[in-house]
Amino acid sequence: MGNLVSISSNLLYASFFFYMIATFFFGGTIRDKKNSGRGKASTIGISLTIAGFITQLGYFFTRWAASKHAPVSNLFEFTTFFGMMLVMAFIIIYFIYRLDVIGLFALPVALLIIAYASMFPREISPLVPSLKSHWLYIHVTTAAIGEAILAISFVAGLIFLIRQIDQTKKSKHTFWLEFVIYSIFSTLGFIIVTTTFGAMDYQAQFQAPIEGQITAVEYHLPAIAGPNAGELQTAGAMQPLFDAPEWMRGESAARKFNTLIWSLLSGLVLYGAARLILRKRVAAVIQPKLKKFNPDLIDEVSYRAVSIGFPIFTLGALIFAMIWAQEAWNRFWGWDPKEVWALITWLFYAFFLHLRLSRGWHGTKSAWLAVGGFAIIMFNLIAVNLIIAGLHSYA
Amino acid sequence: MKKIKCECGHVNPEGTVLCEACGKPIEGNQHIDGNKKDSLLNMRYEGSARRSQTYNRNIVDKVWNFFSSVKVGVWLIIITLVASSLGTIFPQEMYIPPGSDPATFYEDQYGLAGKIYYQLGFHNLYSTVWFMLMIALIGVSLVICSIDRVVPLHRALKKQKPKRHHTFLKRQRVFGETNGQADVEAFKTKLRKQRYKVWDEDGHILAEKGRFSRWGPYVNHIGLIIFLLGALLRFLPSMYIDDFVWVREGETAVVPSTDGQYYVKNEDFILENYDPDKDERFQEALMNQNAPVASNYQTNAVIYERTNNDVVGAEPELEEIQKKEIVVNKPAKFDGFALYQSSYQLDEFSAMSFTLHETDDESAVLGEFTVDLTDPEMEYELDSGARVVIDEYFPEYYMDENQPRSKSKFPKNPAFVFYVYPPDGGDPEVSFAGIGMNIDPTNENQYKLSLAGYDTRDVTGLAVKKDYTLPFMAVGGLIFMIGVVQGMYWNHRRIWLQPREDGVWIAGHTNKNWYGLKKDIEKSIDQTGIDIPEDQQQLKG
Ligand code: HEM
Repeated sequence: MGNLVSISSNLLYASFFFYMIATFFFGGTIRDKKNSGRGKASTIGISLTIAGFITQLGYFFTRWAASKHAPVSNLFEFTTFFGMMLVMAFIIIYFIYRLDVIGLFALPVALLIIAYASMFPREISPLVPSLKSHWLYIHVTTAAIGEAILAISFVAGLIFLIRQIDQTKKSKHTFWLEFVIYSIFSTLGFIIVTTTFGAMDYQAQFQAPIEGQITAVEYHLPAIAGPNAGELQTAGAMQPLFDAPEWMRGESAARKFNTLIWSLLSGLVLYGAARLILRKRVAAVIQPKLKKFNPDLIDEVSYRAVSIGFPIFTLGALIFAMIWAQEAWNRFWGWDPKEVWALITWLFYAFFLHLRLSRGWHGTKSAWLAVGGFAIIMFNLIAVNLIIAGLHSYA
Repeated sequence: MKKIKCECGHVNPEGTVLCEACGKPIEGNQHIDGNKKDSLLNMRYEGSARRSQTYNRNIVDKVWNFFSSVKVGVWLIIITLVASSLGTIFPQEMYIPPGSDPATFYEDQYGLAGKIYYQLGFHNLYSTVWFMLMIALIGVSLVICSIDRVVPLHRALKKQKPKRHHTFLKRQRVFGETNGQADVEAFKTKLRKQRYKVWDEDGHILAEKGRFSRWGPYVNHIGLIIFLLGALLRFLPSMYIDDFVWVREGETAVVPSTDGQYYVKNEDFILENYDPDKDERFQEALMNQNAPVASNYQTNAVIYERTNNDVVGAEPELEEIQKKEIVVNKPAKFDGFALYQSSYQLDEFSAMSFTLHETDDESAVLGEFTVDLTDPEMEYELDSGARVVIDEYFPEYYMDENQPRSKSKFPKNPAFVFYVYPPDGGDPEVSFAGIGMNIDPTNENQYKLSLAGYDTRDVTGLAVKKDYTLPFMAVGGLIFMIGVVQGMYWNHRRIWLQPREDGVWIAGHTNKNWYGLKKDIEKSIDQTGIDIPEDQQQLKG
């Protein structure tokens, strides 16, 4: 049994490397004059992607066998699954449109998501009674598939924006585009910082008053922001530069706040370094490499992904969720934050579709909406889980 | 009504933009869909006459036009979206710790922001009148907007002729002119192979597929409306009941909201935790967690129906109708009601026994008595002739600024103020007794009460539900899904071919997925001599 668990995690590592190498091959297709997706690099790229996907399916089912419940029940498992579905969505879109450039952007996003997932506790966790329902798995997996397909619309939208936005002058568009790129760097920063201090086994203990009681709070990153009124217990650990504000209560609020600061700062360092080396906006450097792609087609891929993803998202994140909630808590809707944010996501994409269909929002406007939709999905996945804890809050 | 007769002979209703039959732009109405000369035609509703674009005379027209505007609909959606997100900043009232007072809770926990949040009513955002009004307005907008478009759209799609006006073709997004011979028969065969329906009228060809997908949005809107109506029905008590009952082990309680018709007995409440030694799968995770993790909450329940309901005031006669192990996700169901495992209290005190003895001599016992904590008697006569009277009972005792009070009516930490009347009938002494304490306020008492023992039992909390609106929601949801899939996974594609003196023209239109349409065209003109048409609306790159 312990054996299955380690086979499973090795398969996950393997799939990670497949995706990484596949990304390089898709990168190689950029230099092809054609963009038909029939070249050698393209074939190798998609084959490696499929191999990685199958390997990751291997991870999924061996872990299922080991835990005896579908591995979508904590933050690590769910986020990994989301990354896997993103790859699947890309494979589907690839075979419709044969656009290598989608792979070049979608795979790194999937890699980041899977790496991000691994920063959370990876052991197999027991299920509390309300989670013991088939509807839970059906709900969670369908919702993840829907979100993953919608994420492809973000990837295409991003490509569209990088290709189309006028980089010769500074504008709101260039600013926000750089901001999106900075957010990606911050995610990378979070992964690097967490892995580094994790490898060093860094620990800092605090004693801090929580709900009127002195409680031990443990940090795994050096405390830039310590717990409010906390006292450092570990000798040799870094003294916090300042305390988290008073309203951040709860055992892990300050620690999460500290992690957020680390992510944003390390993102700033990475992004700053990139700007120093490139001496241009990051998007301006990528732009010329995308000139050969037909923006109309990229725009259509983005819209197509929404029109495929929206019904699946509705089914998984709303309808199946309601069926499960009806079973588990005898109310199909409870206005808990996670539910509300699923509703907001859904309303947002309905808004997108209406604008596109009836008010003719195409091209740049539509691409920004695709980026915005993905931001909401990520907010629901990360912020609502970590900050606004609700019934669904894993981990 | 002013009718408009087109040169092709078809009579169109007032407000028509493109002739329903041949598609010729109707002079004087082009502003309605924003068509400009020589630009592409707006094909969204086939240029049909929509009420909202045609009449704007009286108040009815104005209301109709307001609600049928997609701009308004989109605003309603965005306002609802932003409002919903506000409700997640702090927990809603139903998620704050039970028993806390929202009036003070939000301010205590979140400071000024919390106070404002509470005062604006955001702690109950989703049941405020204005939030429900937003939902209702979306509903109204959905209905009007759909009717405004679906009727004329249906007309126009039924009337269309293969023979089209030449400007109609020329001003389609996909359009091409071919000079020279074209193998039209091969073209038709290839279209049929791709599952197009093909009509031929004097060599003018219309090939169409997926028209039904045009009804997708209207179908999904109908689903939404049914769903919203279902939500509205929840305000009728006969349709929807949401109640709750605590039942102690061994007790039988009437199921609330059933008019005394049903009773439920709690035979046993079971709480099981994961055992890290037994289940090595979860060992690591359980070790990392300080608190035990529950694996099962269960009530072994018996449901009874009252058989003498018609006799007012009589002792109920109960007939067992069901024995059920109620666990989370598996409710007991009977007669439209469902009992769900929803809450519990472990080890609630059920009875306490006291011994009365002389203060200085524990062996000089004057008698023993037992208080039933759920229904205490007020007075106890002891063998020795002494009497004990309960003056005050605090089921869940705590000290509130030197005043004893009870947090709840559940005997979690019972305490009493007793009057002890000595056997000889003298003045009573006051004694304060609870778990682990016995206070003599005067310090002069001759007699003392000591705790001799207690019984505990578990209490289960069952949610009582009746929900006849579920079928509405289910049907609404299903119709919505059918509608979106219909509108999203199929597209309405049309290809026209028109014979010209020196060759043919061809044009294509689809409501979405132009890439797919162009592929279809490429396949069907292969080796027919027809040239690949152009996309006249490429984004400039
Ligand atoms: C939560 C509310 C709503 C949802 C989920 C929703 C959903 C949808 C969907 C999925 C489509 C199809 C879009 C496409 O095929 O790309 C659609 C189309 C449409 N909706 Fe809604 N809708 C909502 C509210 C409204 C409202 C309030 C209006 C009224 C103004 C409206 C008017 C329309 C119109 C005019 C279309 C286009 C029909 C066509 O052009 O064939 N919708 N809606």
